[in-house]
Amino acid sequence: MHERSVVHSTFTIERTFNRPPARVFAAWADPGLKSRWFGGGTDDAPIGLDMDFRVGGLETDRSEPGAVPSSGYEARYHDIVPDERIVFTYDLSLGGSLVSVSLATVEFHPAEGGTGTQLIYTEHGAFLDGLDDPELRKNGTGGMLDELGHWLERQAATA
Amino acid sequence: MLNSQPQLDLVFQALSDPTRRAIVERLGRGPVSVSQLAQPFAMSLPAVLQHVAVLEASGLVRSEKVGRVRTCQIDSRALSVAGRWIQERRTTWERRLDRLGAVLAEQPD
Repeated sequence: MHERSVVHSTFTIERTFNRPPARVFAAWADPGLKSRWFGGGTDDAPIGLDMDFRVGGLETDRSEPGAVPSSGYEARYHDIVPDERIVFTYDLSLGGSLVSVSLATVEFHPAEGGTGTQLIYTEHGAFLDGLDDPELRKNGTGGMLDELGHWLERQAATA
Repeated sequence: MLNSQPQLDLVFQALSDPTRRAIVERLGRGPVSVSQLAQPFAMSLPAVLQHVAVLEASGLVRSEKVGRVRTCQIDSRALSVAGRWIQERRTTWERRLDRLGAVLAEQPD
């Protein structure tokens, strides 16, 4: 039995790309382009992103059959302003449990002093108790110990 | 929550000691008193308390004294999967945007 919990979080990532806003926007709007960067699939094996890029349209991405734990991504587009803004919500599930629901905005601004694009990705998420599964918690701890190993390597490298 | 680098550094520094890792593993199975915690280790109570203090400063462990017994437990806010998940969300999007940059760079001007 899970302990019920909700954790809210907001984060923002800013990037500047050396391409005009229309080109950067197209990489979000074109399924062929988006599948090349979104899910971590390679050019040889793009992920199975099923997207309907219009207001009210849905987008789904599922882990390969048999993946453990299985994961699911489901998004809905709420606002699309070509070359300027995309607003969408998405939820993630892991092993059949809903683990988070997020509101994301992507803003495309002309970069200062050039033809590039400043992209601002902001996400507000509610992270649910489905994650506090003991097995996942253990894996989380294991992951933390892995990170510890990397951190120690970095420390050794800079010493 | 593991949302800042200094906090992460404190966590990893706390976990860089084998005794403290053993303490965290033990507490992962449930809260125990400091004296119970000290039992498997060949060290004095004050030495164990010192390790607990380092773990508390990192946010990994929290302790509470009731009467004469100090009980320690994992602080799920620091070690919570939710905290990790949020960190992973951010990392996931950073990697995505890295790949987006690579895809854009391949395209002709």
